[in-house]
Amino acid sequence: MTNQLTASERLMLIRDKNRPTVNDYIPLMFNRFMEFCGDRCYGDDKAILGGIATFPRLGNMPVTIIAQVKGRNIDENKRTNFAMPHPEGYRKALRLAKQAEKFSRPVICLVDTPGAFCGIEAEERGQGEAIARNLMAFMTLKTPVISIVLGEGGSGGALALAVCDELMMLENALYSVISPRGFASILWKDPTRESEAAELMKITAEDLLEFGVAERVIAEADGGAQNDARFTASNISDALEDALRKHCKTDTAKLLEARYEKFRKIGMFDFMEEESL
Amino acid sequence: MALEHLFQTVRERFNKEGDASTGEARSRPEVPKDLMFKCPRCLGSTYTEEFEKNRKICKHCNYHSRLTWKERLLMTADRDSFVELDSRMISVNPIDFPGYEQKVRDLGEKCQTSEAVVTGECTVLGYKIVIGIMDSHFMMASMGSVVGEKITRAFEYAADKSLPVLLFTASGGARMQEGIISLMQMAKTSGAIAKHNEAGQLYITVLTDPTTGGVTASFASLGDIIIAEPKALIGFAGRRVIQDTIKQQLPDDFQSAEFLQESGFVDIIVDRKHLRKTVSRILEMHCYVKEGQLKGGEKA
Ligand SMILES: [Zn+2]
Repeated sequence: MTNQLTASERLMLIRDKNRPTVNDYIPLMFNRFMEFCGDRCYGDDKAILGGIATFPRLGNMPVTIIAQVKGRNIDENKRTNFAMPHPEGYRKALRLAKQAEKFSRPVICLVDTPGAFCGIEAEERGQGEAIARNLMAFMTLKTPVISIVLGEGGSGGALALAVCDELMMLENALYSVISPRGFASILWKDPTRESEAAELMKITAEDLLEFGVAERVIAEADGGAQNDARFTASNISDALEDALRKHCKTDTAKLLEARYEKFRKIGMFDFMEEESL
Repeated sequence: MALEHLFQTVRERFNKEGDASTGEARSRPEVPKDLMFKCPRCLGSTYTEEFEKNRKICKHCNYHSRLTWKERLLMTADRDSFVELDSRMISVNPIDFPGYEQKVRDLGEKCQTSEAVVTGECTVLGYKIVIGIMDSHFMMASMGSVVGEKITRAFEYAADKSLPVLLFTASGGARMQEGIISLMQMAKTSGAIAKHNEAGQLYITVLTDPTTGGVTASFASLGDIIIAEPKALIGFAGRRVIQDTIKQQLPDDFQSAEFLQESGFVDIIVDRKHLRKTVSRILEMHCYVKEGQLKGGEKA
Protein backbone atom coordinates (compact mmCIF):
# COMPACT_ATOMS: atom_id res chain seq x y z
CA MET A 1 0.00 0.00 0.00
CA THR A 2 1.60 3.26 -1.06
CA ASN A 3 1.11 6.65 0.48
CA GLN A 4 -0.77 8.89 -1.96
CA LEU A 5 -0.30 12.14 -0.06
CA THR A 6 1.77 14.95 -1.57
CA ALA A 7 4.69 16.41 0.35
CA SER A 8 2.68 19.50 1.26
CA GLU A 9 -0.23 17.41 2.51
CA ARG A 10 2.21 15.54 4.72
CA LEU A 11 3.58 18.87 5.89
CA MET A 12 0.08 19.70 7.16
CA LEU A 13 -0.21 16.31 8.84
CA ILE A 14 3.05 16.57 10.78
CA ARG A 15 2.05 20.02 11.99
CA ASP A 16 -1.25 18.63 13.34
CA LYS A 17 -1.32 19.45 17.01
CA ASN A 18 -2.67 15.98 17.76
CA ARG A 19 0.23 14.22 16.09
CA PRO A 20 1.79 11.91 18.69
CA THR A 21 5.12 12.97 20.17
CA VAL A 22 7.90 11.06 21.92
CA ASN A 23 5.96 11.45 25.15
CA ASP A 24 3.21 9.33 23.60
CA TYR A 25 5.47 6.79 21.95
CA ILE A 26 7.99 6.07 24.70
CA PRO A 27 5.48 4.54 27.16
CA LEU A 28 3.86 2.57 24.33
CA MET A 29 7.16 1.11 23.11
CA PHE A 30 9.39 0.77 26.17
CA ASN A 31 9.26 -0.20 29.82
CA ARG A 32 10.84 1.42 32.87
CA PHE A 33 11.98 4.59 31.14
CA MET A 34 14.25 6.55 33.44
CA GLU A 35 15.21 10.09 32.44
CA PHE A 36 18.83 11.21 32.78
CA CYS A 37 19.56 14.93 32.73
CA GLY A 38 22.33 17.32 31.87
CA ASP A 39 25.39 17.67 29.69
CA ARG A 40 27.79 17.93 32.67
CA CYS A 41 29.10 21.21 31.24
CA TYR A 42 26.38 23.80 31.22
CA GLY A 43 22.83 22.63 31.87
CA ASP A 44 19.91 20.44 30.96
CA ASP A 45 18.13 21.10 27.70
CA LYS A 46 14.50 19.98 27.78
CA ALA A 47 14.28 20.00 23.98
CA ILE A 48 16.13 16.70 24.14
CA LEU A 49 14.92 13.96 26.43
CA GLY A 50 17.40 11.23 27.28
CA GLY A 51 17.59 8.18 29.43
CA ILE A 52 17.48 4.40 29.60
CA ALA A 53 14.60 1.98 29.24
CA THR A 54 13.98 -1.63 28.40
CA PHE A 55 12.58 -2.87 25.11
CA PRO A 56 10.01 -5.60 25.78
CA ARG A 57 10.13 -6.95 22.23
CA LEU A 58 13.66 -8.19 22.87
CA GLY A 59 13.36 -9.68 26.35
CA ASN A 60 13.47 -6.29 28.02
CA MET A 61 16.88 -5.49 26.62
CA PRO A 62 18.22 -2.20 28.03
CA VAL A 63 18.48 0.62 25.49
CA THR A 64 19.46 4.28 25.58
CA ILE A 65 16.85 6.69 24.27
CA ILE A 66 17.62 10.15 22.95
CA ALA A 67 14.56 12.05 21.75
CA GLN A 68 13.58 15.50 20.55
CA VAL A 69 10.49 16.66 22.39
CA LYS A 70 7.67 18.54 20.71
CA GLY A 71 5.21 19.88 23.21
CA ARG A 72 1.52 18.98 23.06
CA ASN A 73 0.45 22.42 24.22
CA ILE A 74 1.93 25.86 24.64
CA ASP A 75 3.22 25.23 28.18
CA GLU A 76 5.02 22.08 27.14
CA ASN A 77 6.41 23.84 24.11
CA LYS A 78 7.75 26.65 26.25
CA ARG A 79 9.53 24.07 28.34
CA THR A 80 10.93 22.14 25.39
CA ASN A 81 11.54 25.19 23.18
CA PHE A 82 9.41 23.66 20.38
CA ALA A 83 11.97 20.85 20.13
CA MET A 84 14.71 23.21 19.02
CA PRO A 85 17.79 22.16 20.98
CA HIS A 86 20.59 24.32 22.32
CA PRO A 87 24.21 23.10 22.29
CA GLU A 88 23.83 21.55 25.75
CA GLY A 89 21.05 19.35 24.35
CA TYR A 90 23.39 17.93 21.73
CA ARG A 91 26.12 17.54 24.33
CA LYS A 92 23.72 15.67 26.62
CA ALA A 93 22.89 13.41 23.69
CA LEU A 94 26.56 12.71 23.12
CA ARG A 95 27.18 12.04 26.80
CA LEU A 96 24.37 9.49 26.88
CA ALA A 97 25.53 7.91 23.63
CA LYS A 98 29.02 7.47 25.07
CA GLN A 99 27.48 5.94 28.19
CA ALA A 100 25.54 3.54 25.99
CA GLU A 101 28.76 2.60 24.22
CA LYS A 102 30.46 1.84 27.52
CA PHE A 103 27.66 -0.46 28.63
CA SER A 104 26.99 -1.95 25.17
CA ARG A 105 23.45 -0.68 24.90
CA PRO A 106 22.00 0.24 21.51
CA VAL A 107 21.05 3.90 21.06
CA ILE A 108 17.58 4.79 19.79
CA CYS A 109 17.28 8.38 18.52
CA LEU A 110 13.78 9.76 18.02
CA VAL A 111 14.05 12.73 15.67
CA ASP A 112 11.39 15.43 15.61
CA THR A 113 12.66 19.01 15.32
CA PRO A 114 12.23 22.09 13.15
CA GLY A 115 15.99 22.58 13.61
CA ALA A 116 18.65 23.58 16.10
CA PHE A 117 17.80 26.78 17.96
CA CYS A 118 19.08 30.07 16.56
CA GLY A 119 19.94 32.56 19.29
CA ILE A 120 22.72 34.49 20.98
CA GLU A 121 23.37 31.94 23.71
CA ALA A 122 23.26 29.06 21.25
CA GLU A 123 26.03 30.76 19.27
CA GLU A 124 28.04 31.67 22.37
CA ARG A 125 27.96 28.09 23.55
CA GLY A 126 28.90 26.74 20.12
CA GLN A 127 25.84 25.38 18.33
CA GLY A 128 27.95 24.57 15.28
CA GLU A 129 30.65 22.85 17.31
CA ALA A 130 28.12 20.80 19.26
CA ILE A 131 26.46 19.47 16.10
CA ALA A 132 29.79 18.83 14.39
CA ARG A 133 31.09 16.93 17.42
CA ASN A 134 28.03 14.68 17.38
CA LEU A 135 28.39 13.91 13.68
CA MET A 136 31.98 12.80 14.16
CA ALA A 137 31.41 10.94 17.43
CA PHE A 138 28.30 9.06 16.30
CA MET A 139 30.15 7.99 13.16
CA THR A 140 32.56 5.99 15.35
CA LEU A 141 30.28 5.10 18.27
CA LYS A 142 30.92 1.43 19.03
CA THR A 143 27.31 0.37 19.57
CA PRO A 144 24.31 0.18 17.23
CA VAL A 145 22.47 3.44 16.58
CA ILE A 146 18.95 3.48 15.12
CA SER A 147 17.34 6.83 14.27
CA ILE A 148 13.64 7.25 13.61
CA VAL A 149 12.18 10.46 12.15
CA LEU A 150 8.74 10.83 13.73
CA GLY A 151 7.64 14.11 12.17
CA GLU A 152 9.96 16.92 11.22
CA GLY A 153 13.58 16.21 10.42
CA GLY A 154 14.89 19.76 10.27
CA SER A 155 18.36 20.19 8.86
CA GLY A 156 21.57 19.94 10.91
CA GLY A 157 19.53 19.98 14.09
CA ALA A 158 18.04 16.62 13.06
CA LEU A 159 21.20 15.22 11.50
CA ALA A 160 23.01 15.58 14.84
CA LEU A 161 20.82 12.68 16.05
CA ALA A 162 20.71 10.83 12.74
CA VAL A 163 24.22 9.54 12.11
CA CYS A 164 23.14 5.94 12.52
CA ASP A 165 23.23 2.36 11.24
CA GLU A 166 19.67 2.56 10.06
CA LEU A 167 17.41 5.54 9.46
CA MET A 168 13.67 4.93 9.62
CA MET A 169 10.93 7.36 8.66
CA LEU A 170 7.31 7.34 9.69
CA GLU A 171 5.45 7.35 6.39
CA ASN A 172 4.37 10.99 6.66
CA ALA A 173 7.56 12.29 8.23
CA LEU A 174 9.75 14.70 6.28
CA TYR A 175 13.49 15.24 6.42
CA SER A 176 15.08 18.19 4.68
CA VAL A 177 18.10 20.47 4.48
CA ILE A 178 15.90 23.49 5.18
CA SER A 179 12.16 23.91 5.71
CA PRO A 180 10.14 24.30 2.49
CA ARG A 181 9.23 27.79 3.64
CA GLY A 182 12.87 28.72 4.11
CA PHE A 183 13.74 27.21 0.75
CA ALA A 184 11.06 29.27 -1.00
CA SER A 185 11.92 32.49 0.77
CA ILE A 186 15.64 32.21 0.08
CA LEU A 187 15.77 30.76 -3.40
CA TRP A 188 12.62 32.38 -4.78
CA LYS A 189 12.29 35.34 -2.40
CA ASP A 190 8.70 34.24 -1.85
CA PRO A 191 7.75 32.28 1.29
CA THR A 192 4.19 31.81 0.00
CA ARG A 193 5.53 29.28 -2.50
CA GLU A 194 6.03 26.87 0.39
CA SER A 195 3.98 23.98 -1.04
CA GLU A 196 5.67 24.26 -4.41
CA ALA A 197 9.01 24.03 -2.62
CA ALA A 198 7.84 21.02 -0.61
CA GLU A 199 7.02 19.15 -3.83
CA LEU A 200 10.30 20.08 -5.51
CA MET A 201 12.67 19.37 -2.62
CA LYS A 202 12.24 15.56 -2.49
CA ILE A 203 11.76 15.32 1.25
CA THR A 204 9.28 12.47 1.70
CA ALA A 205 10.09 9.06 3.14
CA GLU A 206 9.96 7.53 -0.37
CA ASP A 207 12.36 10.17 -1.74
CA LEU A 208 14.80 9.49 1.08
CA LEU A 209 14.66 5.74 0.47
CA GLU A 210 15.52 6.40 -3.14
CA PHE A 211 18.48 8.63 -2.23
CA GLY A 212 19.80 5.96 0.15
CA VAL A 213 19.39 8.33 3.09
CA ALA A 214 16.67 6.24 4.77
CA GLU A 215 16.47 2.44 4.98
CA ARG A 216 12.92 1.84 6.11
CA VAL A 217 9.47 3.44 6.02
CA ILE A 218 7.08 2.71 8.88
CA ALA A 219 3.34 2.72 8.26
CA GLU A 220 1.20 5.07 10.29
CA ALA A 221 -2.44 4.59 11.19
CA ASP A 222 -4.95 5.29 8.39
CA GLY A 223 -5.12 9.02 7.81
CA GLY A 224 -2.03 9.68 9.93
CA ALA A 225 -0.38 8.73 13.22
CA GLN A 226 -2.73 10.98 15.21
CA ASN A 227 -5.62 8.61 14.47
CA ASP A 228 -4.06 5.72 16.36
CA ALA A 229 -0.84 6.27 18.29
CA ARG A 230 -0.93 2.74 19.70
CA PHE A 231 -1.05 1.17 16.25
CA THR A 232 1.72 3.45 14.97
CA ALA A 233 3.87 2.72 18.05
CA SER A 234 3.43 -0.99 17.50
CA ASN A 235 4.64 -0.60 13.91
CA ILE A 236 7.68 1.34 15.11
CA SER A 237 8.40 -1.42 17.61
CA ASP A 238 8.18 -4.03 14.84
CA ALA A 239 10.72 -2.16 12.74
CA LEU A 240 12.97 -1.50 15.72
CA GLU A 241 12.88 -5.12 16.81
CA ASP A 242 13.91 -6.24 13.37
CA ALA A 243 16.71 -3.64 13.09
CA LEU A 244 18.10 -4.36 16.55
CA ARG A 245 18.12 -8.11 15.93
CA LYS A 246 20.22 -7.47 12.87
CA HIS A 247 22.60 -4.78 14.16
CA CYS A 248 23.15 -6.06 17.71
CA LYS A 249 24.66 -9.27 16.44
CA THR A 250 26.95 -7.56 13.92
CA ASP A 251 30.60 -7.45 14.86
CA THR A 252 31.52 -3.87 15.93
CA ALA A 253 34.22 -3.34 13.30
CA LYS A 254 31.81 -4.44 10.56
CA LEU A 255 29.04 -2.29 12.02
CA LEU A 256 31.24 0.84 11.90
CA GLU A 257 32.49 0.04 8.43
CA ALA A 258 28.91 -0.27 7.17
CA ARG A 259 27.90 2.94 8.93
CA TYR A 260 30.78 4.81 7.28
CA GLU A 261 29.88 3.37 3.88
CA LYS A 262 26.22 4.26 4.28
CA PHE A 263 27.13 7.95 4.40
CA ARG A 264 30.26 7.70 2.26
CA LYS A 265 28.27 6.74 -0.81
CA ILE A 266 25.72 9.58 -0.58
CA GLY A 267 26.45 12.21 -3.19
CA MET A 268 25.74 12.81 -6.86
CA PHE A 269 28.40 14.22 -9.13
CA ASP A 270 30.03 13.86 -12.50
CA PHE A 271 33.39 14.49 -14.11
CA MET A 272 34.16 17.04 -16.80
CA GLU A 273 35.71 15.95 -20.04
CA GLU A 274 39.44 16.59 -20.28
CA GLU A 275 39.08 19.21 -23.04
CA SER A 276 36.60 21.38 -21.15
CA LEU A 277 39.24 22.24 -18.56
CA MET B 1 14.78 26.54 10.51
CA ALA B 2 18.38 26.72 11.63
CA LEU B 3 19.61 27.51 8.17
CA GLU B 4 16.60 29.54 7.21
CA HIS B 5 17.45 32.88 5.66
CA LEU B 6 21.09 32.14 6.19
CA PHE B 7 21.96 32.27 2.53
CA GLN B 8 19.99 35.38 2.08
CA THR B 9 21.61 37.05 5.05
CA VAL B 10 25.08 36.13 4.00
CA ARG B 11 24.38 37.07 0.40
CA GLU B 12 22.97 40.42 1.41
CA ARG B 13 26.00 41.13 3.53
CA PHE B 14 28.18 40.01 0.71
CA ASN B 15 26.50 42.30 -1.80
CA LYS B 16 26.40 45.20 0.58
CA GLU B 17 30.07 44.82 1.25
CA GLY B 18 30.82 45.20 -2.43
CA ASP B 19 34.23 43.58 -2.34
CA ALA B 20 36.10 44.92 -5.36
CA SER B 21 37.27 41.46 -6.35
CA THR B 22 33.80 39.95 -6.62
CA GLY B 23 30.70 39.99 -8.72
CA GLU B 24 30.54 42.43 -11.60
CA ALA B 25 34.15 43.50 -11.47
CA ARG B 26 35.25 39.92 -11.97
CA SER B 27 32.84 39.10 -14.75
CA ARG B 28 34.04 42.03 -16.87
CA PRO B 29 37.80 41.90 -16.63
CA GLU B 30 38.25 44.63 -19.28
CA VAL B 31 36.71 47.19 -16.95
CA PRO B 32 39.33 48.61 -14.58
CA LYS B 33 38.80 47.60 -10.96
CA ASP B 34 37.45 50.10 -8.52
CA LEU B 35 40.13 52.45 -7.38
CA MET B 36 39.26 52.13 -3.72
CA PHE B 37 38.50 49.25 -1.37
CA LYS B 38 35.86 50.17 1.16
CA CYS B 39 36.09 48.04 4.29
CA PRO B 40 32.80 46.41 5.33
CA ARG B 41 33.87 46.39 8.97
CA CYS B 42 35.21 49.91 9.61
CA LEU B 43 34.05 51.55 6.36
CA GLY B 44 37.56 52.93 5.87
CA SER B 45 38.90 53.30 2.32
CA THR B 46 42.18 52.13 0.90
CA TYR B 47 43.56 52.40 -2.66
CA THR B 48 42.92 49.06 -4.31
CA GLU B 49 46.55 48.71 -5.33
CA GLU B 50 47.73 49.25 -1.78
CA PHE B 51 45.00 46.97 -0.43
CA GLU B 52 46.00 44.16 -2.76
CA LYS B 53 49.68 44.58 -1.94
CA ASN B 54 48.69 44.29 1.72
CA ARG B 55 47.21 40.80 1.04
CA LYS B 56 43.69 42.25 0.94
CA ILE B 57 43.79 43.28 4.59
CA CYS B 58 42.17 46.55 5.67
CA LYS B 59 44.99 48.80 6.88
CA HIS B 60 42.62 50.64 9.23
CA CYS B 61 41.06 47.79 11.20
CA ASN B 62 42.93 44.64 10.11
CA TYR B 63 39.81 43.00 8.60
CA HIS B 64 41.06 40.13 6.48
CA SER B 65 38.87 40.27 3.43
CA ARG B 66 37.81 37.42 1.14
CA LEU B 67 40.25 35.83 -1.26
CA THR B 68 39.80 33.74 -4.36
CA TRP B 69 41.17 30.23 -4.10
CA LYS B 70 44.09 31.21 -6.35
CA GLU B 71 45.03 34.18 -4.21
CA ARG B 72 44.89 31.99 -1.13
CA LEU B 73 46.97 29.29 -2.72
CA LEU B 74 49.64 31.78 -3.82
CA MET B 75 49.84 33.18 -0.29
CA THR B 76 50.00 29.77 1.35
CA ALA B 77 51.76 27.12 -0.72
CA ASP B 78 55.42 27.03 -1.72
CA ARG B 79 55.81 28.09 -5.33
CA ASP B 80 55.03 25.37 -7.89
CA SER B 81 54.40 22.80 -5.17
CA PHE B 82 50.64 22.44 -5.68
CA VAL B 83 49.15 19.40 -7.33
CA GLU B 84 45.36 19.46 -7.54
CA LEU B 85 43.14 16.48 -6.67
CA ASP B 86 39.79 15.77 -8.31
CA SER B 87 39.87 18.93 -10.42
CA ARG B 88 37.30 17.64 -12.90
CA MET B 89 34.57 16.73 -10.43
CA ILE B 90 31.40 18.65 -11.16
CA SER B 91 27.88 18.98 -9.75
CA VAL B 92 24.76 17.38 -11.15
CA ASN B 93 21.19 18.28 -10.32
CA PRO B 94 19.79 15.85 -7.70
CA ILE B 95 16.39 17.50 -7.26
CA ASP B 96 16.14 19.02 -10.76
CA PHE B 97 16.29 22.53 -9.43
CA PRO B 98 15.60 24.83 -12.41
CA GLY B 99 18.75 26.35 -13.85
CA TYR B 100 21.09 24.80 -11.31
CA GLU B 101 23.49 23.04 -13.68
CA GLN B 102 23.88 26.10 -15.88
CA LYS B 103 24.58 28.27 -12.86
CA VAL B 104 27.29 25.93 -11.68
CA ARG B 105 28.90 25.82 -15.14
CA ASP B 106 28.86 29.61 -15.46
CA LEU B 107 30.40 30.10 -12.04
CA GLY B 108 33.01 27.50 -12.87
CA GLU B 109 34.21 29.59 -15.77
CA LYS B 110 34.17 32.78 -13.79
CA CYS B 111 35.99 31.36 -10.78
CA GLN B 112 38.29 29.05 -12.76
CA THR B 113 37.37 26.04 -10.72
CA SER B 114 34.69 23.41 -11.20
CA GLU B 115 33.36 23.86 -7.67
CA ALA B 116 33.46 25.84 -4.42
CA VAL B 117 36.42 23.99 -2.96
CA VAL B 118 39.82 23.26 -4.45
CA THR B 119 41.82 20.43 -2.91
CA GLY B 120 45.31 19.12 -3.49
CA GLU B 121 48.74 18.43 -2.18
CA CYS B 122 51.42 21.06 -1.67
CA THR B 123 54.24 22.09 0.63
CA VAL B 124 54.27 24.95 3.13
CA LEU B 125 57.82 26.06 3.98
CA GLY B 126 58.85 22.60 2.93
CA TYR B 127 56.26 20.60 4.86
CA LYS B 128 54.06 18.41 2.72
CA ILE B 129 50.35 18.77 3.41
CA VAL B 130 46.94 18.12 1.91
CA ILE B 131 45.28 21.49 1.41
CA GLY B 132 41.67 22.51 0.83
CA ILE B 133 40.55 26.02 -0.03
CA MET B 134 36.92 27.09 -0.17
CA ASP B 135 36.12 30.02 -2.41
CA SER B 136 33.17 32.17 -1.36
CA HIS B 137 32.95 33.66 -4.86
CA PHE B 138 31.49 30.34 -6.00
CA MET B 139 27.87 30.26 -4.77
CA MET B 140 28.96 31.49 -1.34
CA ALA B 141 30.99 28.27 -1.14
CA SER B 142 27.88 26.36 -0.16
CA MET B 143 28.38 22.63 0.35
CA GLY B 144 26.80 20.27 -2.14
CA SER B 145 27.86 16.80 -3.28
CA VAL B 146 31.08 17.93 -4.93
CA VAL B 147 32.33 19.98 -2.00
CA GLY B 148 31.50 17.10 0.35
CA GLU B 149 33.07 14.48 -1.88
CA LYS B 150 36.26 16.46 -2.57
CA ILE B 151 36.80 17.15 1.12
CA THR B 152 36.06 13.52 2.01
CA ARG B 153 38.54 12.30 -0.61
CA ALA B 154 41.14 14.78 0.61
CA PHE B 155 40.91 13.38 4.16
CA GLU B 156 40.95 9.78 2.94
CA TYR B 157 44.00 10.55 0.79
CA ALA B 158 45.74 12.29 3.70
CA ALA B 159 44.99 9.40 6.07
CA ASP B 160 46.35 6.96 3.51
CA LYS B 161 49.55 8.97 2.89
CA SER B 162 50.02 9.95 6.57
CA LEU B 163 49.72 13.65 5.79
CA PRO B 164 48.27 16.53 7.78
CA VAL B 165 45.32 18.51 6.38
CA LEU B 166 45.11 22.30 6.24
CA LEU B 167 41.63 23.47 5.34
CA PHE B 168 40.58 27.08 4.70
CA THR B 169 36.85 27.28 5.34
CA ALA B 170 34.35 29.79 3.97
CA SER B 171 30.72 29.00 3.38
CA GLY B 172 27.13 30.08 3.47
CA GLY B 173 26.22 26.55 4.59
CA ALA B 174 24.62 23.58 2.91
CA ARG B 175 23.71 23.95 -0.78
CA MET B 176 19.94 23.67 -0.60
CA GLN B 177 19.59 23.42 -4.40
CA GLU B 178 20.81 19.84 -3.94
CA GLY B 179 18.20 19.02 -1.28
CA ILE B 180 18.84 16.43 1.43
CA ILE B 181 21.99 15.19 -0.35
CA SER B 182 23.73 18.43 0.63
CA LEU B 183 22.86 17.90 4.30
CA MET B 184 24.34 14.42 4.17
CA GLN B 185 27.72 15.86 3.15
CA MET B 186 28.06 17.14 6.71
CA ALA B 187 27.94 13.58 8.00
CA LYS B 188 30.13 12.22 5.22
CA THR B 189 32.95 14.74 5.75
CA SER B 190 32.78 14.31 9.53
CA GLY B 191 33.18 10.57 9.05
CA ALA B 192 36.26 11.05 6.89
CA ILE B 193 37.74 13.38 9.50
CA ALA B 194 37.12 10.70 12.14
CA LYS B 195 39.17 8.26 10.05
CA HIS B 196 41.99 10.75 9.54
CA ASN B 197 41.84 11.43 13.26
CA GLU B 198 42.07 7.74 14.11
CA ALA B 199 45.09 7.50 11.82
CA GLY B 200 46.76 9.96 14.21
CA GLN B 201 47.11 12.71 11.63
CA LEU B 202 46.86 16.43 12.29
CA TYR B 203 43.98 18.56 11.00
CA ILE B 204 44.25 22.34 11.08
CA THR B 205 41.29 24.50 10.08
CA VAL B 206 41.59 28.15 9.17
CA LEU B 207 38.20 29.82 9.51
CA THR B 208 37.92 32.68 7.05
CA ASP B 209 35.22 35.22 6.30
CA PRO B 210 32.41 34.02 6.24
CA THR B 211 32.18 30.51 7.75
CA THR B 212 28.57 29.66 8.63
CA GLY B 213 25.77 27.08 8.67
CA GLY B 214 26.38 23.46 7.85
CA VAL B 215 30.10 23.95 7.34
CA THR B 216 30.48 25.42 10.83
CA ALA B 217 28.34 22.51 12.04
CA SER B 218 30.68 19.96 10.49
CA PHE B 219 34.31 20.02 9.33
CA ALA B 220 35.08 23.67 10.20
CA SER B 221 34.61 22.94 13.90
CA LEU B 222 36.48 19.64 13.96
CA GLY B 223 40.10 20.73 13.59
CA ASP B 224 42.66 19.58 16.15
CA ILE B 225 43.79 23.18 15.97
CA ILE B 226 41.37 25.91 14.94
CA ILE B 227 42.84 29.11 13.54
CA ALA B 228 40.74 32.10 12.49
CA GLU B 229 41.47 35.20 10.45
CA PRO B 230 40.97 38.59 12.12
CA LYS B 231 37.42 39.96 11.97
CA ALA B 232 36.07 36.94 10.05
CA LEU B 233 32.35 36.27 10.43
CA ILE B 234 31.94 32.80 11.95
CA GLY B 235 28.72 31.27 13.23
CA PHE B 236 26.02 28.67 12.87
CA ALA B 237 22.85 30.67 12.34
CA GLY B 238 22.59 33.81 10.24
CA ARG B 239 22.60 37.13 11.99
CA ARG B 240 19.18 38.10 10.70
CA VAL B 241 17.59 34.81 11.68
CA ILE B 242 18.80 35.34 15.22
CA GLN B 243 17.64 38.95 15.21
CA ASP B 244 14.21 37.84 13.98
CA THR B 245 14.04 35.11 16.63
CA ILE B 246 15.05 37.18 19.64
CA LYS B 247 13.68 40.51 18.40
CA GLN B 248 16.63 42.58 19.49
CA GLN B 249 19.74 44.09 17.95
CA LEU B 250 22.98 42.17 18.10
CA PRO B 251 26.32 43.66 19.08
CA ASP B 252 28.61 44.49 16.13
CA ASP B 253 31.28 41.98 17.05
CA PHE B 254 28.75 39.13 17.42
CA GLN B 255 30.00 36.05 15.53
CA SER B 256 33.38 37.64 14.82
CA ALA B 257 36.55 35.56 15.07
CA GLU B 258 37.37 37.48 18.23
CA PHE B 259 33.96 36.69 19.74
CA LEU B 260 34.43 33.02 18.90
CA GLN B 261 37.85 32.97 20.54
CA GLU B 262 36.47 34.59 23.67
CA SER B 263 33.65 32.01 23.73
CA GLY B 264 36.21 29.22 23.54
CA PHE B 265 35.83 27.96 19.98
CA VAL B 266 39.00 29.25 18.32
CA ASP B 267 42.57 28.47 19.36
CA ILE B 268 44.42 31.33 17.72
CA ILE B 269 43.71 34.30 15.50
CA VAL B 270 46.54 34.61 13.01
CA ASP B 271 47.37 37.43 10.60
CA ARG B 272 47.72 36.37 6.99
CA LYS B 273 51.33 37.41 6.84
CA HIS B 274 52.22 35.05 9.70
CA LEU B 275 50.15 32.08 8.58
CA ARG B 276 52.81 30.13 6.68
CA LYS B 277 55.22 30.45 9.59
CA THR B 278 52.56 29.52 12.14
CA VAL B 279 51.44 26.47 10.20
CA SER B 280 55.00 25.26 9.60
CA ARG B 281 55.84 25.63 13.30
CA ILE B 282 52.78 23.62 14.26
CA LEU B 283 53.72 20.93 11.73
CA GLU B 284 57.27 20.82 13.07
CA MET B 285 55.99 20.40 16.62
CA HIS B 286 53.82 17.51 15.47
CA CYS B 287 56.90 15.73 14.15
CA TYR B 288 56.21 16.17 10.45
CA VAL B 289 59.40 16.33 8.41
CA LYS B 290 60.35 18.76 5.65
CA GLU B 291 60.34 17.50 2.08
CA GLY B 292 63.76 17.87 0.43
CA GLN B 293 64.76 21.43 -0.35
CA LEU B 294 62.60 24.46 0.37
CA LYS B 295 61.41 25.84 -2.93
CA GLY B 296 60.55 29.35 -1.86
CA GLY B 297 57.09 30.72 -2.43
CA GLU B 298 56.12 34.24 -1.62
CA LYS B 299 58.43 36.29 0.56
CA ALA B 300 57.50 36.13 4.22
ZN1 LIG C 1 38.54 48.06 8.05
